[in-house]
Amino acid sequence: MFLKEALPELFKCYQCLSCTLGCPLAEEMDFKPHQLVNLLILGKDKEVLNSLTPWICASCESCEVRCPNGVPLSELMDRIRQRALKEKIYKGKGFSLPLIFLKEIKKRGRIHEISLILGLKRLVGFRVSMEELRMGLKMFLKGKLRIRPPKRVSSESFKRIFEEVSF
Amino acid sequence: MKFAYYPGCSLEGSSREYDESLRAVCEALGIQLVEIPQWNCCGASSVHQVDFFLRIALPALNLLKAEEMGLPILAPCAACFLNVRRAKKALLENEKLRTKFFSLFSKNFQAKTQVFHPLWVFSKPEFIERSQELIKVKLSDLKLVCYYGCYLVRPPEITEIDDPENPQLMERIMEALGIQVIDWAWKVDCCGGSHSLLNPHLVKKLSKRLVQKAKESGAQGIVVACPLCQANLDLYQENQNMPIYYFTELMGFSFGIKEAKNWFKRHMVKPSLG
Repeated sequence: MFLKEALPELFKCYQCLSCTLGCPLAEEMDFKPHQLVNLLILGKDKEVLNSLTPWICASCESCEVRCPNGVPLSELMDRIRQRALKEKIYKGKGFSLPLIFLKEIKKRGRIHEISLILGLKRLVGFRVSMEELRMGLKMFLKGKLRIRPPKRVSSESFKRIFEEVSF
Repeated sequence: MKFAYYPGCSLEGSSREYDESLRAVCEALGIQLVEIPQWNCCGASSVHQVDFFLRIALPALNLLKAEEMGLPILAPCAACFLNVRRAKKALLENEKLRTKFFSLFSKNFQAKTQVFHPLWVFSKPEFIERSQELIKVKLSDLKLVCYYGCYLVRPPEITEIDDPENPQLMERIMEALGIQVIDWAWKVDCCGGSHSLLNPHLVKKLSKRLVQKAKESGAQGIVVACPLCQANLDLYQENQNMPIYYFTELMGFSFGIKEAKNWFKRHMVKPSLG
């Protein structure tokens, strides 16, 4: 199934570029938001799924709010990401955050920042720059990093939610 | 006034000063907070990238708990605030979804609990008036800009912000404290959000520029209401020496609450107050 079939609103796009002009990270993207919409309309899902754009997008939703035609751009970005993850197309580093984040939630119900960072490092590599090291140390000394993980949250309802999904 | 308090993960981790200052300010204003027992993560800015069901289900659990407490929710974290409101709206508008949750939780789930961010509460006339009565330390020399970022504002059909391009809630509270609030054009631009974990260069680019723009406007500090905004602007501004305050810290400091000094100690750029 083409991605455009799940999002018929895409066809309302008349390429006014409001999305791209308001996007704070457009210049970092290989395809700008309006180009991504165009590619989807043309059925070029493969190009879209291999694009870095969905992993550069910070989900700030400026594009969607400013779109004059109500094209759901943030849902579109999410659908591209979800499909890419399902097909194991891993681009850049961005893909690893949602995967590890969800794993952490499933494990203890809440996010423990240090465990999250360690989980990410395990996936993308442990190389740390001097700057990161300095920042981490300063955060630690300022008491910003909680060492002890929070108490595990678990209830029947919480477990049941995760039985509904395949992650 | 009494709330089901949903602090969220950041407030028990890297932004404890937001939690502590909020609790202190609520006490001063006569607002009672009862923490939601066993609350769970809302999914923040990540879960929607993986699955749309979980995006609704995780915050819905907290909504259900607050409903059982019979209290409206107070969520100081912008992501928690947005995600719980999004879940509530989806459940109210979609009967099939509601029925699914009803059977999943085996409970009669109305999803009618109100969800507030403290900005919406403290900017109400009664609390503006109460705040003015509580002022012990004058902050009239302080020139600041208010910064909202994304999740308190967009999408406006969910946040119900007063104006998605030029909100005024934080301004109203700061002005009540006598602070000189400067108008600027960058209050709803993105700080880079959770990119700080994997692509810090993107956050540096956005946050550094925001701080530069604040400086150009003549501000001596930036006021925020989101833990991620505070962390990014504070950590990634690159030697601009611009303090980033939580609005609750300034309220607490102005009310003469002594612990304010300890809140400020945790900032990367140490505020000149106190």
